[in-house]
Amino acid sequence: MAAGDASTFRRGLALLRATGPVGIASAVVIAAATLTAVFGPLLAPDDPDLPNLSLSWAGPVGGHLLGYDFQGRDVLSRLLAGAQSSMLGPLAVVVLSVAAGTLLAVTAAWRRGISDTAISSGLNILFAFPGILLAIFAAAIFGAGLPAAAIALSIAYLPYVARVLRGAALKERGQPYVAALEVQGASATAICLRHVVPNIWPLIVAQATILFGYAMVDLAAISFLGLGVQPPTANWGVMIAENQDGLLLGHPLPAVAAGLCIVTVVIAVNLLGERLSAQAQAARG
Amino acid sequence: MSDPAPADSLASAGAASALPLLEAAGLTVLLEVNGARRAVLRDVSLTLRPGEAVGLVGESGSGKSMTARAMGRLLPAGAEVRGSIRFGSTDVGELSGADLRRYRTRVAMIFQDPRAHVNPVRRIGDFMTEALRTNHEVSRGEARRRAADMLAQVGIEDGARRLQQYPYQMSGGMLQRVMIAAALLTGPSLLLADEPTTALDVTTQAEVMAILDGLRRQSGLAMLFITHDLELAAAICDRTAVMYAGQIVEVRASSLLHSDPLHPYTAALAAARPDIVRSARRLRAIPGRPLSAFEAPVAECAFAPRCTYAGDVCRAAWPGLVELGGGMSRCARVHELRGQLQAASDG
Amino acid sequence: MLIASLLVASFVIFAALYLAPGNPIAALSGGRPLPPGSVQVLEQRYHLNEPFGAQYWYWLDNALHGNLGVSITLRENVSTLIASRIWTTAGLVLYASVIIVVLGIGLGVVSGLRPGVFDTGVLVVTAVLAAIPAFVAAIALILVFAVRLGWFPALGNGTSFLSNVRHFTLPALALAAVSLAIVARVTRASVRQEAEREHVQTAVSRGIPARQVIRRHILRNAAVPITTITGITIASLIAVAAVVEIAFSLNGLGAYLVQAAETKDIAVVQGISLLLVTAFVVVNLLTDLICAVLDPRLALRDSPR
Repeated sequence: MAAGDASTFRRGLALLRATGPVGIASAVVIAAATLTAVFGPLLAPDDPDLPNLSLSWAGPVGGHLLGYDFQGRDVLSRLLAGAQSSMLGPLAVVVLSVAAGTLLAVTAAWRRGISDTAISSGLNILFAFPGILLAIFAAAIFGAGLPAAAIALSIAYLPYVARVLRGAALKERGQPYVAALEVQGASATAICLRHVVPNIWPLIVAQATILFGYAMVDLAAISFLGLGVQPPTANWGVMIAENQDGLLLGHPLPAVAAGLCIVTVVIAVNLLGERLSAQAQAARG
Repeated sequence: MSDPAPADSLASAGAASALPLLEAAGLTVLLEVNGARRAVLRDVSLTLRPGEAVGLVGESGSGKSMTARAMGRLLPAGAEVRGSIRFGSTDVGELSGADLRRYRTRVAMIFQDPRAHVNPVRRIGDFMTEALRTNHEVSRGEARRRAADMLAQVGIEDGARRLQQYPYQMSGGMLQRVMIAAALLTGPSLLLADEPTTALDVTTQAEVMAILDGLRRQSGLAMLFITHDLELAAAICDRTAVMYAGQIVEVRASSLLHSDPLHPYTAALAAARPDIVRSARRLRAIPGRPLSAFEAPVAECAFAPRCTYAGDVCRAAWPGLVELGGGMSRCARVHELRGQLQAASDG
Repeated sequence: MLIASLLVASFVIFAALYLAPGNPIAALSGGRPLPPGSVQVLEQRYHLNEPFGAQYWYWLDNALHGNLGVSITLRENVSTLIASRIWTTAGLVLYASVIIVVLGIGLGVVSGLRPGVFDTGVLVVTAVLAAIPAFVAAIALILVFAVRLGWFPALGNGTSFLSNVRHFTLPALALAAVSLAIVARVTRASVRQEAEREHVQTAVSRGIPARQVIRRHILRNAAVPITTITGITIASLIAVAAVVEIAFSLNGLGAYLVQAAETKDIAVVQGISLLLVTAFVVVNLLTDLICAVLDPRLALRDSPR
């Protein structure tokens, strides 16, 4: 069992190494962001949530590299703490969307016929809803908050993921080894889980990475609008909205710093996603 | 033809039939392959006379397509060309701009896969008349009339309707005929045909070949016919050249190719073809695999590693082309082997 | 197919009334206490006592005739409220679209046709630009061009057409940034790909001048993927415009939608959502139509031989 895990891990590393220096650098950045997301609140030197209005908009001084935000909170601490919601939200969206997308895609590809038409038609209808719009709509009905926004985005992304994966799954389904397994009496579920999905796995990972970038941008935007993560919870999107006035007041640092965090992670995710996607395509010939 | 006859040598090239139409001399082409400069053609010398059909035969990697591209100035960017190609008395390599475009109207090219070589989003009519309207300033109506006529000549009726169609509405064989028709519309003096029938099924092949051959003779067009099929080339061409590893190894009158080949490779090619008439216990394949120019040895005969007749003289130096019996040969031992090669090709 | 999407979407939007926790009256009122007698008014106006399907039909019929209900907070017709704001959003999206088409396709074509320093520059710039979401771009633009340089105003709508252009420039740029990068990259890739195709060789071999080859055989063939991606990105602008409007304090439909969502003014949310989804679907439909014109293989399924 341990040997199996180790070989998957090593294969993953080999895959990563094949993406070149840019891919590796991106992966490092993403790993750093993930660690910050997990350990952020512990790493923060100051209390990210405690307002101290006397320090409002104070500039960088002493150990406070990035100064203070509009409520006198240490910006650096708030960024570190904010990594949690800023990274976990998109992660949830990606997991939901990719899991559901894979399930639907493989089912549609496997069953073909009516099931495929039904699923494809259903997904086609979802194409009419842009992510942000659906999230705003959900916020209006169910109230503002991260869960509603995340679920809405997952639903909006579903058709894109499913379409790509369905194509790959169909191709896989048509391979001779699948027919051979069927003849041998293997069950559909077994074939799908043990052969089809693992074979399209690189594509799934590539899609998930690219999707993470979109989810991050969209969720941050929704939080910026005040319909996602709610203040005073630390979140990069929220921080931009909160500190926007600072731009006009001559204190741009808090908003800009939060923006840079978002941009850095998204660039890294895009670069890595592009390379993984190219690899997945090359592997499929 | 309505194109103005320039006073330069391009037009006079067709005047006297004894003068060569296109002459490649010592043509060597190097390309960037994986970061290194490699030769794809070595010392290719070939003469084409007006109205003459010359076959160019070889296996993949032999350089036959590359030769045609060099003649048609269609080499990839960054290719280094040594030696010369002369059309009449003009150095083809020196041409540029309007002169180069004028050269292109005199030398037409048709390609192997018609579906890839015809723009899928434009109508057949546009495809066929584009060159006429751009380079020859023929009016739209007149160009379409000529195109419809030419379609009839290649065996496609209802030309007016066909001109309105898109390539996806035609079969491969029909599309190849369209390509031939389009190439001939501008009245070139030379047609470079790069394996025009290889991508077609056998019956269509025969049809298209018949049309091509008929039209060519009718208009007195010179042709360089590239193929991997020795028999096909010998059937429709007056002379046939054989290429191996980017070099010309033999040039011979087609009728003498089987009875008196001048190179062991030619004999081996002829012998390797499965014969419907005779039965044999084993197919006579040539041992080893065909090499491209940059893989082949440079200080000896390129075919020596695979040749049954290879001797010390073959491995001592790279043989040059020698003239004999009205043809050319790059075999170092051709004078000794001449009679025996024919026996080998008969099996 | 897209029409079906639209119908289903409208159904979902309508059903919001019932999806919300609590009964429809609570949803319509947004949880506010209602004066007596309003309940009957609401029941009548929204046909709440009739079967579900009939309610949907009434709602849709009204919507198609321009009657989108009444805003619970402002007590005005939703259609009126939309009409006063629609030109802001339309203008913004249009401005951004122009930027995307001119700069995005332009840069993509030039860099696709000329490998070299310019091309590398475009690749780097677009890689960065593609990662800058609209609201972050808004921050950066406000900081640099409004506050520091003072070239453009930071907030609000303009008064005349020209002042509108000034006011909308930064928002349009912020909105266009990501899409611009994506369109430039896809354009570049398509142009590169088409330039390598064999049919381009054929055209060159016939002495067609380079400029014509580029125009008729490379660009013309690359037009389909370029149009597709441009259409998709412009359609996405419709949703993202909301973010930009909030960031720049523009009173457009998007900003209003967000406000209505915050105040739970369901009728307004429904009305604007329906409008935006329709616009989204229409843009996608137009894109498909243009592509069918550009590539005859997409238009006709059965080919007579």
